[in-house]
Amino acid sequence: MTSYLVRRLAHMVPVLVVITLFTFFLVRLVPGDPIAAMLGPRASPERRQALEQAYKLDRPIWEQYLAFVGGVGRGDLGDSLWKKEPVLDVVRQRLAPTLLLTLYAMVLTVILTVPLATWAALNRGRWPDQLVRVFVLVSLAMPAYWVGMMLLQYFAVKRRIFPVSGWGEGTVGHLEALFLPALSLALAIASLTVRSLRTSILETVDADYVRTARAKGLTTRRIFVWHVLRNSALSTVTILGINLAYLIGGTTIIETIFAIPGLGQLIVTAIFQRDYPVIQGVTLTIGIIVILINLATDLSYALLDPRVSLR
Amino acid sequence: MTAGTSATAPAAATATATATLALAPGRAGRQRRRWVNPLLLAGGALLAAIVLAVVVYPLVSPYSPTEPDFTEPTFAGPGRDHWLGTDNFGRDILTRLAYAGRVDLVVAFVATAVTVVAGGALGLLAGYFGGWLDTLIMRLVDFTLTLPYLILVIAIVAILGPGTINVVYAIWLVGWVAYARIVRAETLVARGLEYVEAARVIGLGHRRIMLRHILPNVLAAALVYSMADFVLNILLASSLSFLGLGTQPPNPEWGLMVAEARDFFLRDWRLMTYPGLAVLVTGTAFGLIGDGLAQALRPRG
Repeated sequence: MTSYLVRRLAHMVPVLVVITLFTFFLVRLVPGDPIAAMLGPRASPERRQALEQAYKLDRPIWEQYLAFVGGVGRGDLGDSLWKKEPVLDVVRQRLAPTLLLTLYAMVLTVILTVPLATWAALNRGRWPDQLVRVFVLVSLAMPAYWVGMMLLQYFAVKRRIFPVSGWGEGTVGHLEALFLPALSLALAIASLTVRSLRTSILETVDADYVRTARAKGLTTRRIFVWHVLRNSALSTVTILGINLAYLIGGTTIIETIFAIPGLGQLIVTAIFQRDYPVIQGVTLTIGIIVILINLATDLSYALLDPRVSLR
Repeated sequence: MTAGTSATAPAAATATATATLALAPGRAGRQRRRWVNPLLLAGGALLAAIVLAVVVYPLVSPYSPTEPDFTEPTFAGPGRDHWLGTDNFGRDILTRLAYAGRVDLVVAFVATAVTVVAGGALGLLAGYFGGWLDTLIMRLVDFTLTLPYLILVIAIVAILGPGTINVVYAIWLVGWVAYARIVRAETLVARGLEYVEAARVIGLGHRRIMLRHILPNVLAAALVYSMADFVLNILLASSLSFLGLGTQPPNPEWGLMVAEARDFFLRDWRLMTYPGLAVLVTGTAFGLIGDGLAQALRPRG
């Protein structure tokens, strides 16, 4: 187990190197340079030069890259070109709303998925099953930005039940402010998880160990929760893991609609401001989180199913 | 899945598509397949209706999709002159929806078709030949997958500049990855099957084996996934327009229409409702076709 963890974490290094290389050169392909964006078109050449030197943008690109990697090694991601703040601080402020939103969306997804999938599977072929099927089909095709926008306009702007923007104050405030955005995300993801969990429940119900449990005289509820649901969860957890990884950074649009100060919003702004250090810092952070989520997904297999051995 | 998420995770859809079809190829022949099923029919009919509306309505509509028309009432309700009413510029909403549909359907079709062919070809080559080619292609795939799909697409559009066609290019650059993975996995299975070995033993060339013996069996999974992917691409393209990166005003596009309606929701909620419904209905049509195809291609017995 420990050696597995160490090996998996060691694998992170080359992946992160690739991510830094990739984003470093990709963002420099964006037309227009940050200095011009900061100073406007009529800046004097002297001022341009001074700023270029201050941000070391006049050095050869490989030297800039090495400086960046060296900084990462010392826990320094450089300073934002626009906010004049250390990138690490900017990222740290923006991380919490995104993580909370993502986890919230995951919790709502599970709350939607388990009852719907169970209801459909236990009524296979009858009307509840058909109804859930329609839900899956429709929610798969529903644009999240549209759902978010409609929920926002109706429940926040018109009815004033939820705050219109931001992520609220305090725990209760966060949970209230992030409810609609998390719901918009959850509805989209639930279409995938409901379908997968329904299928696995149907497969598991016929398994030998379920028959054994029934023969032992266990109650239906106990059989369902401990034997059927637990064994069915595996494939659904995989899908949840993939989506969790996708949501970090994939929440951009929802963050924009609800004005949530998160990473997704930060990176899009940074791309348009050509704020190289921020783009690099955010993609690196996202990369690390995604890798950790993948690791957690693999570890959860072992927790859910003792037959899975981690090697 | 929605981009945003729109489109929630392409990778997850891949997982489901391959899961349902893992056993699809191989034993076709003798078992009878029912090619037409209710899902396929319903999806096909819905899609045909949408395509017909999008192609025909702009031809018969007397209204311009882009020019503000101040001789018409603004925010008019549905009526005889304007079936779905008019927007804040007095433009006929149905006309705009139909023109927008042309944009969205063409973008999604071109984006999907090219990624299926390119990704599929790379996956086929990687799976069939293995070795350094496989390593190279799969490294490229892993590499593309390390960054969130949406961020990558946004970054590419930022490099190319906003615009409908640049959204297509961005999807081309990242979308092939899913097909490369699916087709490679299926090719690895097919390559080990007896009839492929038989074909090799009788001395057929690589090209013939790949195109005539392996391709037909790996196509099913890619085809089923491409239906889900089509939905994803409509969602993605419309989300980018929603963010101001895709189709530019005054041209109509469904995502853009939702974005433009945001200031008028309290005045007229329908402006925002219609384009979202258009995406939803179109996506549902493709979803039905995808499910129908999966059912039709699954071996029976």
